[in-house]
Amino acid sequence: MSQRLGTRVVRKEDPALLSGRGRYADDLPVPNGTLHAHVIRSPHPHAEIVSIDSEAALALDGVWAVITGEDIKALSDPFLVALKAPVHQWALAVERVRYVGEAVALVVAENRYIAEDAAELVDIEYNPLEAAVDPVAACEPSAPLLHEEAKTNEVSVRAFHYGDTATAFAQADRHVKLTVNFPRLSFTPMECFVVIATHNPSDGSYDALANFQGPFSAHPVMARALRVPGPKMRLRIPPDSGGSFGIKLSVFPYVVLMSLAAKITGRPVKWVEDRAEHLLAASTGPNRVTEIEAAVTKDGKILGLKMDQLEDYGAFLRAPMPGPLYRMHGSVTGGYDIPNVDVVNRVVLTNKMPAALIRGFGGPQLYLSLERLVQRIAVELGLDHIEVIRRNLVPPEKFPYHAAAGSLYDSGDYPRAVETAIGDGRLNDLKKRRDAARAAGRKYGIGFAVVVEPAMSNMGYLSTLLTPEARDKSGPKNGATSMATVVIDPLGAVSVTADVTVQGQGHETALSQIVADRLGLRPGDIDVVLEMDTGKDQWSIAAGSYSCRFTPGTAVAAHMAADRLAEKLKKIAAKQLNVMAEDVELAGGKVRSKSNPDNALPFKRVAGTSHWSPVMLPEGMDPVLSETGVWNPPELEPPSHDDRINTSLTYGFVFDMCGVEIDPITYPVKIDRYVSMHDAGTILNPLLANGQIYGAFAQGVAAALYEEFVTNEEGAFLTGTFADYLVPTVSEIPPVELLHQETPSPFTPLGAKGLAEGNCMSVPACVANAVADALGVANVELPATPKRIHALMKQGAAAS
Amino acid sequence: MRRVNKDQKVRISLTLNGRKVSAETEPRTLLCDFLRHSLAATGTHVGCEHGVCGCCTVQIDGAAVRSCLTLAMQAEGRDVRTVESLAGPDGKLNKLQQAFQNNHALQCGFCTPGILMSFTDFLSRNPKPTEDELREVLSGHICRCTGYAGIMAALKEAVAAD
Repeated sequence: MSQRLGTRVVRKEDPALLSGRGRYADDLPVPNGTLHAHVIRSPHPHAEIVSIDSEAALALDGVWAVITGEDIKALSDPFLVALKAPVHQWALAVERVRYVGEAVALVVAENRYIAEDAAELVDIEYNPLEAAVDPVAACEPSAPLLHEEAKTNEVSVRAFHYGDTATAFAQADRHVKLTVNFPRLSFTPMECFVVIATHNPSDGSYDALANFQGPFSAHPVMARALRVPGPKMRLRIPPDSGGSFGIKLSVFPYVVLMSLAAKITGRPVKWVEDRAEHLLAASTGPNRVTEIEAAVTKDGKILGLKMDQLEDYGAFLRAPMPGPLYRMHGSVTGGYDIPNVDVVNRVVLTNKMPAALIRGFGGPQLYLSLERLVQRIAVELGLDHIEVIRRNLVPPEKFPYHAAAGSLYDSGDYPRAVETAIGDGRLNDLKKRRDAARAAGRKYGIGFAVVVEPAMSNMGYLSTLLTPEARDKSGPKNGATSMATVVIDPLGAVSVTADVTVQGQGHETALSQIVADRLGLRPGDIDVVLEMDTGKDQWSIAAGSYSCRFTPGTAVAAHMAADRLAEKLKKIAAKQLNVMAEDVELAGGKVRSKSNPDNALPFKRVAGTSHWSPVMLPEGMDPVLSETGVWNPPELEPPSHDDRINTSLTYGFVFDMCGVEIDPITYPVKIDRYVSMHDAGTILNPLLANGQIYGAFAQGVAAALYEEFVTNEEGAFLTGTFADYLVPTVSEIPPVELLHQETPSPFTPLGAKGLAEGNCMSVPACVANAVADALGVANVELPATPKRIHALMKQGAAAS
Repeated sequence: MRRVNKDQKVRISLTLNGRKVSAETEPRTLLCDFLRHSLAATGTHVGCEHGVCGCCTVQIDGAAVRSCLTLAMQAEGRDVRTVESLAGPDGKLNKLQQAFQNNHALQCGFCTPGILMSFTDFLSRNPKPTEDELREVLSGHICRCTGYAGIMAALKEAVAAD
């Protein structure tokens, strides 16, 4: 069976992982004398730390240290943030706690059991303060201030104007308006955070192993906090990681904390986060309140859009926040051709867990508001929802398409994708099911969602939050560099390293397919090593696995590196085969003449030439079979003076359609049928591609119906176990029918786009639209739990 | 029943994957920690420590149990099997493992050992289960990567291969 790029190749990663031979962070050996840490966390959402008494804890056998915020403040600097605001965070709380679960003290002991015993003996006195919990109320002048120096909780406000929105609203037949709340949730990887840190006092350096995922732009943040240059903060990433979905960026404050603990105790320090800590304090996606309004003609054409997005980042802004508010900025108009847009982006801090990276990264928030709005336009104008979608989709002849806020959509045929998905009787079937259910008095609704899925972020997108003048002052940020290295050893064995961190995506398999293809070998012939070490790997600041940068980025770099090696081997072989280099090809493990395939040399023999017989190489050729592909596409320009920003390199398309039925007695929302159409350009490996889509789909369902971090009005955290925070099991995930269309990207040599986040963005919107359709209501809060549905149905019954 | 003082170290002996092993630990040590830290059987993973996620599932005397809800002392003298026991000595995957690879039933692989151990027990007692029965057993596990589609396909393939 063919194993070429584009075919279904099973994973190289699997045999080890299926046999208990994974090498996750907590499986690796630790240095002799390693101590174990336990974090003591705040029980209060907002309080002054009056005193910390460690005496009894320190008296316990096996306890080495109890470290407090004052110790940390003396040895380190606050974490750098993208936003210039006086919001200072250290690795432990200093003077004040600002969310339930904030790290207050660290107990270091001979083992974890002793550390946890000692933690119970640490006496911390707090003076509780009023908490700011609700994001809208937190913007009021009367709200309790989280960071007094900042003088407000609303630490950033920027208004953007594209086109002529005022005229669009003046000329419209109608305005349609909606307020949409996106909740807080995480995708809780099954492996929690792990850090093992060492300090070397002889040169002041730190060496930490952590299941960090990148972006490696957080590496300078760690080094700066530790007051050392980057090379003295060596960060190593283990070969395997138990999932991430963006969450494991947020291990970085703990990398700093354990590094400082190693310095203080003079011993290596290991910390393994437990699940209770993870749910309480690891990371959440930001919640967002969006006021969105469209100016429309009576036949459903959207002339202009106004959006006010208030995003709640919790107690601190950790780098690279407020990313989710800006990552989608260039494509804020989604799949629609809307030339006039006004956007206000506001960042608020509240007494809740800090928000950070999460799969979808700003997309779920954007599309829930935009797609709910499109459904409301249909309802208010008395039009078919699918008709309103059709009237506004970016037409295929406009590609590459300049979206109003600056994105350059590379390729696509949105109408064809939509028609294919609703065709073949699929939409008719949904309508039949709906009509039959409604005729029987049951609640049934149909929802749609249109999503443009960005991949490979422009490193300059976050600077859009600064004014053009401030950007000029600090220098333009842009681009996104991807790198991969391919090496051939003296016996012809091929190995690959690349600038991604492993979290289960199958990068090893995809890279081996890409490189094998260029070198005329089989994927099984290629070894891929992806554990990272900042002390040795010279990757760019963009390195890491996030925002779907592998397929449009690192995969291309590997392709380029392998291609350069192939060209080199052709030149070496040409001399030995007595043909022109143009007549040489690599195929079937041989380097041979195209015109006379019998005139061939084994791959390893040609490769060996540069190692064993460098004198025989063509003149001027470097005798090294190691090539690093560096891919930095020119389309990723800095934000323009009028604030347009091409936020990503490639833009895929997703169209979802579903039918839901609501049980009238117990109120769960049951997804009756779900169809998801994807255009992610060229597919590199359909098995891996669908695996990513199924995974994102399940997380989308989780966000739509189950998962939510709940904080009560006083700031208490209510979802601290998997019994309260509901992660769907197989019983909760309905089947999904996947459809593909391939419109290759013209901006990358492989034509492939990202596809692993689209359903995180589309499913919440699609399900919310179906629920709105089923119940005939405008406001649908997610997750649409039985409790919320019950309230909506009561409200509907009262209205009718 | 064996009685020990809570501060006293205890030696626990058991059969792990067919081999007699023993190590000293505290009486309060969880079986998952004992397997991972004292016996170096790191294939068993700890995902939640409150019995919900199923990552830590192992077999004691053939029955699947949560090793995070079991004390190491409870396994004294018993036959414990973990994911490391499944492949052949030459590394060859067994039928269930192979079906997982064929169907992309794992991504990060962290939850996978627990799922394999649950189904190794279940399928030995129910070699021809229905799809609903497979789903019922799988619902005792959380997987965050796959959306369960590949796992269900793998389980069906493993059952059909008999």
